[in-house]
Amino acid sequence: MIHQYKLGGFNIVLDVNSGSVHCVDDASYDIIRLFYEAEKAGVKEDRHNITDCILKKYGEGKVEEPITEEDIEGVFEEIDDLKKQGKLFSQDLLNDAPQLMKQRKHSVKALCLHVAHTCNLNCSYCFASQGNFHGERAVMSAETARSAIDFLIRESGDHYNLDVDFFGGEPLMNWDVVKETVRYGREQEKKHNKNIRFTLTTNGVGIDDEVIEFANREMHNVVLSLDGRKEVHDRFRRTINDRGSYDMIVPKFQKFVAKRRADDTNPDRREYYMRGTFTHLNRDFAEDIKHMAELGFDRLSMEPVVTDPKDPIALTEEDLPVLYEQYEELAGWLLARSEEGHPVTFYHYMLDLEGGPCIYKRISGCGAGTEYYAVTPWGDLYPCHQFVGEDGFKMGDIWTGIKEEEMRESFGRNNIYAHDECRDCWAKLYCSGGCAANAYHSTGSISGIYEYGCRLFRKRMECAIMIQVANAMNNSSGR
Amino acid sequence: MKRIKTISTKNLSESIRKDGCGECQTSCQSACKTSCGVANQKCEKTK
Repeated sequence: MIHQYKLGGFNIVLDVNSGSVHCVDDASYDIIRLFYEAEKAGVKEDRHNITDCILKKYGEGKVEEPITEEDIEGVFEEIDDLKKQGKLFSQDLLNDAPQLMKQRKHSVKALCLHVAHTCNLNCSYCFASQGNFHGERAVMSAETARSAIDFLIRESGDHYNLDVDFFGGEPLMNWDVVKETVRYGREQEKKHNKNIRFTLTTNGVGIDDEVIEFANREMHNVVLSLDGRKEVHDRFRRTINDRGSYDMIVPKFQKFVAKRRADDTNPDRREYYMRGTFTHLNRDFAEDIKHMAELGFDRLSMEPVVTDPKDPIALTEEDLPVLYEQYEELAGWLLARSEEGHPVTFYHYMLDLEGGPCIYKRISGCGAGTEYYAVTPWGDLYPCHQFVGEDGFKMGDIWTGIKEEEMRESFGRNNIYAHDECRDCWAKLYCSGGCAANAYHSTGSISGIYEYGCRLFRKRMECAIMIQVANAMNNSSGR
Repeated sequence: MKRIKTISTKNLSESIRKDGCGECQTSCQSACKTSCGVANQKCEKTK
C-alpha cells in the first residue's frame, strides 16, 4: 500500500507495509502514482504509456527543468531497486497477522491508579465528570494502592518494565497515598526484579515545593494540564468557586518544569508534557500551543475534546478544515523554532522513524483490557481510565484478579484486524487501531471506529512524517 | 541524479523476526489519555 501527499513543499511517498518514507520530485511522484494505480487495478504498469504521460506533463517546453526519456528510465530503475529492497510496493504484513498475534504476551504491564475520584477544579468538559466518573467521590486507601502494586507485579509475567500512572480526579488530593505507593513500589520492584515507571497527571492546584521535589525524583513522566492562553484555559478549567485557575497554576508549573530540567542527576526522570484540550471554541489551538512555548514550556501536547456530539463544545464537521490547517500551521512553526535553535516537542508529532515501535506494537492495539487496566479507589479493574464507571465494563478487582475472561479476550482481539475500516487505511500502523473507548462511545462497540478521531489522526501523521522528511532533507543538504 | 530520496526508517518487515519484546511503554501512559497512537512510542531496544 502506498500513501502519497504534498505538504510543506515536499512530495512524500509512504510505503505503508514497510514503513519506508521517500521524498520525491514531481515527475517521480506521478510515476509512483501511476504504478500504484496499476497495482490496485491488478495489472502490470504500462511503462511506455507512463513515459508518454510524464513527458507530456514534464517534458521539453512544459516545465523549467524538463525531464527526458532517459531520466524516466532512471526513475523506473530506482523504483525497481526499492522494490527489491522491500521499501516500495512492499508485501502486506497483514497476511501473517494471526501468527503474529498469537506470539503476543498478554500479561499486565500498566495500571492507571485512580487515587482520587474527586477534584479541586470543576472543569465542565472533563470526561471524568469533575473527577468522580459519574459515581461517588472517593480516595484510594494506601492498603488498596499497595494491593494494586502487588496485583501488577503478580500478573506481569516476564515483563521487566511496568508503568503506573497516578490519575484521578486529581491525584494530588491524595498525595500521601501517592508517596506511599511509590515507596512500596520501589521496595517491591527490587524484590521482584522489575522496573516501575511512575507518571503523575495533575491540574497543578496542589503543587508545592515538596510535590516538585518528590515528583522530580520519582516520576518518570509528569503530565501537567494547561489549555493554553489564559482566556481559553479559564473558560473551562475553573475552581470550585468558579474562578479561572490559570493565574494560580502557571507559576507553579513553571517552577516545577524549571526544577525538573535543572535536575540532571537522572535523565530518565526528566520527561514531562504540558497537556491541553481544545474544543470547538478554540479551533485556533495552534495559538494555545505557541502560548505554552512562550511561557517557557517545551514538551507540549494538545488533544481534541472527546464529548457528546450534541455538546456545544464538541468539534464539528465544519471544524475539520480549520483543524487541518492548524495542524499544518503548527508543523511549520515547529520546524521554524527548530531552525532558530529553540526546538519544541509536540507529543503527536514525535516520530522516530528509525527507532520507533516494532510491528508487534503497531498491530496490537493500545493494550486496554489486556495489559493495561484502570484501578478505581475501591480496587475495581476496568479496561482503561475512559471505561471507569461504564456499566458492564468492570473486569474484576485487584485482589481476585480478572473475572471477565471473555471481555479480556475481546479486548485482546481488538487490534487493527478487528476493524474492517483499518484494512485500507494507510495510517493503521501508526495508530494501531485507535482508542477502544472512543470507538465504544461513538459507535457502541469497542471494535467500531471513531471516524472523526481517525481523520484528525491521519492529518497529524502526515504532518509528523513531513517534519521528519524536512529534517532529513535539511541534514542531507548540509543545513 | 536520484529523484527518489529514501529517508532512513526502521524496517518493519525485519522487526517481525527480531522484535516484539513487549517492554515498551503502554500507549496511553504518556500524554494523550483520550486517543491512541503508537508511532510516537520508543522501542526499548533502540533507546
